[in-house]
Amino acid sequence: MIRFLLRRLLGAVAVLLALAALSYLLFYAMPGDPAQLACGKGCTAPQLAQVRHALGTDQPVLRQFWTFLTTLALGHGFSTGPSTVWCSAPCLGYSYQSNESVTQMLLDRLPVDVSLALGAAAIWLLLGIGTGLYAALRPGRLRDRVVNAVILTLGSTPVFVMALLLLMGACVWLQLLPFPNYVPLTEDPAQWAQNLLLPWLAIALVSAAGYTRLTRAGVLETLNQDHIRTLRAYGYPERRIVLRHAVRGALPTVVTVAAMDIGMVLAGAVFTETMFGLPGLGKLAVESASTVDLPVVCGITLLAGALIVVANTVADLLHAALDPRVRI
Amino acid sequence: MTDPVLQVETVLQVQDLRVIHPGPVTALDGLSFELAPGQVLGLVGESGSGKSAAALALLGLHRGTPTRVEGAVLLHRPDRPALDLNRASDTELRTVRGPELAMVFQEPLTSLDPYRRVGTQIATAYRLHTGASRADARQRTVEVLERVGIDPKRARDYPHQFSGGMRQRVLIAMALALRPRVLVADEPTTALDVTVQAQILRLLDELRAETGMALVLVSHDVGVVGGLAAEVVVLRQGRAVERGATGALLGRPEHPYTRALLEAVPRLDAPLPERDAPAADDVLVEVEGLRVDFGSVRALRGVDLTVRRGETLGIVGESGSGKSTLGRTLVRLQDPSSGVVRFEGADLASWRGGELRRRRRELQMVFQDPTSSLNPRRLIGDSVAEPLRVRGERDEAKLRAEVVGLLERVGLTSDHADRHPHQLSGGQRQRAAIARALILRPKLIVCDEPVSALDVTTQAQVVGLLRELREEFDLTLVFIAHDLAVVRSVSDRVAVMRQGEIVETLAAAKLTEPQHAYTRALLDAVPRL
Repeated sequence: MIRFLLRRLLGAVAVLLALAALSYLLFYAMPGDPAQLACGKGCTAPQLAQVRHALGTDQPVLRQFWTFLTTLALGHGFSTGPSTVWCSAPCLGYSYQSNESVTQMLLDRLPVDVSLALGAAAIWLLLGIGTGLYAALRPGRLRDRVVNAVILTLGSTPVFVMALLLLMGACVWLQLLPFPNYVPLTEDPAQWAQNLLLPWLAIALVSAAGYTRLTRAGVLETLNQDHIRTLRAYGYPERRIVLRHAVRGALPTVVTVAAMDIGMVLAGAVFTETMFGLPGLGKLAVESASTVDLPVVCGITLLAGALIVVANTVADLLHAALDPRVRI
Repeated sequence: MTDPVLQVETVLQVQDLRVIHPGPVTALDGLSFELAPGQVLGLVGESGSGKSAAALALLGLHRGTPTRVEGAVLLHRPDRPALDLNRASDTELRTVRGPELAMVFQEPLTSLDPYRRVGTQIATAYRLHTGASRADARQRTVEVLERVGIDPKRARDYPHQFSGGMRQRVLIAMALALRPRVLVADEPTTALDVTVQAQILRLLDELRAETGMALVLVSHDVGVVGGLAAEVVVLRQGRAVERGATGALLGRPEHPYTRALLEAVPRLDAPLPERDAPAADDVLVEVEGLRVDFGSVRALRGVDLTVRRGETLGIVGESGSGKSTLGRTLVRLQDPSSGVVRFEGADLASWRGGELRRRRRELQMVFQDPTSSLNPRRLIGDSVAEPLRVRGERDEAKLRAEVVGLLERVGLTSDHADRHPHQLSGGQRQRAAIARALILRPKLIVCDEPVSALDVTTQAQVVGLLRELREEFDLTLVFIAHDLAVVRSVSDRVAVMRQGEIVETLAAAKLTEPQHAYTRALLDAVPRL
């Protein structure tokens, strides 16, 4: 266990270093001058030189990358004209456009995505496992096919279409809900949930399809296994066999996939956030990409990478916890 | 049945039982028998004879599948009308499964729930039928585990932490907890070693004597059934071709099929075919001080061995004795941790790159389970041709001719080349696997339990085939198996392994007069007819 985590930690560091190098290459070493972009139109030559120096782009690339890494590990001071702002570790850089440290910007947005991911996951798991089980109980029958058709339709709907339908349906036609406007959980839990309901549904309805199929396939596969025959031979009621033993066989896969999917949403749900105007990482990523705020884009890439690595590790730990045959 | 006498004397009465798979394929065609408390009935037959279909039908386990069951399975209970399991409601069926009729399966490795502790599994089945408290169920679990020879402390372990024989004991304990009146054992020892087989059979017999439960013992192995059953029914293609008291039936079989079954059983006292022993100084493979470690597990701890050119060397031992690891090391599927394997004087480990590719063809292997060693998605012909293709042969006509020639040589036809593995029987698959090993004209073939997944008649055919091929292709064979009689029938010399060491090597003819106590114990465990 300890060894597994250490190995994972080392692996994660390697992956993140590679990711950092890659995003660094892409964003800083590609043609086009970040300083020119950061400085904006009508920038004079001395100003440009000053920005270059502040960004460090007047240094050789490797030197710049090294500065980037030391900044990340140790923190760094950034001069903003008259004063110098100290950005403490882990410092992902400084956005001259927002006059804020990238780390702070990311930390401000992360709660939105945590709220989004956990709520959506709760719904899609309930929905996916429930419908999967329902379909598996009578494979090939009408209800199996109906569930399959509905789920397939939902699952193949692009999330922004789903979002649009939900918004139109709930806020415009039926006028059940006000237009979503993010309220932090710490401020007002009821408002938080009410405003996130539609985004949760948008993600969950689209994602549930995969879980329905995983559950259905896993349950049906387990039902064909020898140990289920043993249960039947010892007089276990069929309901109990399906609900306790067959579901148990499908669970490790479902949970593993869920952990990774949650990681993906945590790292930024671009479409959902944009459609519902949620101030999350995805929205920030789109905004900073369009305004070419490179430190921010770079920081989001790294954070997303880290979240995915963590999600994978959690998935492996959960799998080991759920299946006694798997040892880590 | 209202007959009061019958109520006392018969616990299970099967009348004209038919099992029809969709198709329709009649798997079982009219089986009838009666079973008294404490009686053991043997059902024998090859695979496909309908014996497993019959076993499942006894507990009504075909219900809910497309398979149809006709006839009656009457369960007689004291002070209650007989219950026809074939017509009983689902609820009635559920209440008798376990406390009245219990079952032990062929596959101990997969018959327990991998996600639950074995103690929990026993206790849950017990509570389900008795409504006992958790504490009482735990107490009962401890009792039955002790009775089947498992330390009750291990109740907290999961199935994968037990060996095959131990898992079979757990399953027997689960049955025992409910004190069933009939136990159906479907090939309970087929997947197990001889010594473990002997233990399980003894346990079943003791429990029968102690509790008075009746036993239906299903097996392809006449030896297994013969030792325990008072009465035997011989099944062939779903029909009972012969039945009678075990001694009489096995001693003087009347039906030619029964005779063929009996003759196919490898026997330790069968005469060995005359054969000139290969020269002792012509050594093909030499193993010195071979050690193989898997982590902290010592699979082989210092093995010395020579294989002479043209001989068949048998390797016997229980599971875990390291015989498969030794076999894999001989064909360089496994590298030694220390020690050396020399093939024609050259250290196997020294082969690299081109030389390894060139010479590897001289070393081939045939595996135990042809179902999993042939790619299920490829045609048999392609699987057999693959080794030549890998070596750059592109002439399709030539490949086809070679494949068909070999398939015919191993007793298949060109037809089989165009089928998938699942369309062949177990014996046919193993023949195809042998053809694949032969296509590169190897000098050495290591056969790892090549016949233990096959029933006796097929086993005898495959062993006969290997014997012929050995002469025809100038092969040296290493034949690994846990069945001493089979090993003796093909080998010139036999090496006996135990816990990663060879305890003795003797001429096949001398196998029945061993020096080492362990070999003697192995011999004693073989069921006698």
